[in-house]
Amino acid sequence: MATDIIREIEREQMRSDLPDFGPGDGVRVHVKVVEGDRERIQVFEGVVLRRSGQGLSETFTVRKISQGVGVERTWPVHSPRIDRIEVTRRSKVRRARLYYLRQRTGRAARLKERR
Amino acid sequence: MPKGILGRKLGMTQVFEENGRLTPVTVVEAGPCKVVQRKTVEKDGYEAVQLAFGAIRPKRVNKPLKGHFAKAGVEPARYLRELRVEDSGDFQALNVGDEVKADIFSPGEYVDVTGVTKGKGFQGVIKRWNMRRGAMSHGSRYHRGVGALNSVGPARVFKGRKLPGRMGGVRRTVQGLRVVRVDADRNLMLIAGSVPGPKGSLLLIRQTVKNKA
Repeated sequence: MATDIIREIEREQMRSDLPDFGPGDGVRVHVKVVEGDRERIQVFEGVVLRRSGQGLSETFTVRKISQGVGVERTWPVHSPRIDRIEVTRRSKVRRARLYYLRQRTGRAARLKERR
Repeated sequence: MPKGILGRKLGMTQVFEENGRLTPVTVVEAGPCKVVQRKTVEKDGYEAVQLAFGAIRPKRVNKPLKGHFAKAGVEPARYLRELRVEDSGDFQALNVGDEVKADIFSPGEYVDVTGVTKGKGFQGVIKRWNMRRGAMSHGSRYHRGVGALNSVGPARVFKGRKLPGRMGGVRRTVQGLRVVRVDADRNLMLIAGSVPGPKGSLLLIRQTVKNKA
């Protein structure tokens, strides 16, 4: 009973408008950023390193190389601050957590495309 | 105590707030509570309302209590708790038979939540009083035990010395918790942060005594 109510509260907040994506996929994440009193949308494009957790608190991490520096950002999957997510590329990967990409740069960090 | 309500802890989860932040919350089934008795200065020496909360099988109610509920014209309930009423309080106007629902609180208000903490059984001094332990190796023979009890001078142990013993299962109040959401139709309140007690336990939710804007 009690857990049903909690699940329902969680379900009410979950989003169903997001595409299916997973580790290795190239994504463009459109994030709502608040600057002072106005809001704009910023795009963060990179490779999904992992999805972590489940349900409402599930998060995902995207890695990109910006000006020669690796940048990783993590968001809750169901965050209302995410405007939308575009999947630009799907890759064939053999594990769920692509931490090995952190040690690789350039050509070595390529992933095989899946079609 | 200006206003308050009885509730049952359902568990914890997280919710996204308007600013997009994920906030940990405790879900509480708050009310509805019926006023069973109104205590007055003339009759009882102090002002209070007696609130009833929680379903109970009629078979479980004994005769004296049944009479008490019948006098108020209220369905028997599992819990009866008193709340003091002050001259200027919101509860001044409440009469026997009135109902208190979760909508006495609104999001953004701050509350104090009282409950009985989870019983931890007989615990040592490290868990119970946050003392430090000794080295576990390097020839140390003092690990998690109680250390010195006092200085030598008094030749006795002062009262109140922190020692192992029963931990938890006591009444505790957490002050200044923010109300995140109120759903009076489903009798739910979401309160930011954690709250004493196991799931399913009785909670007393009151307007906070500290002034938090």
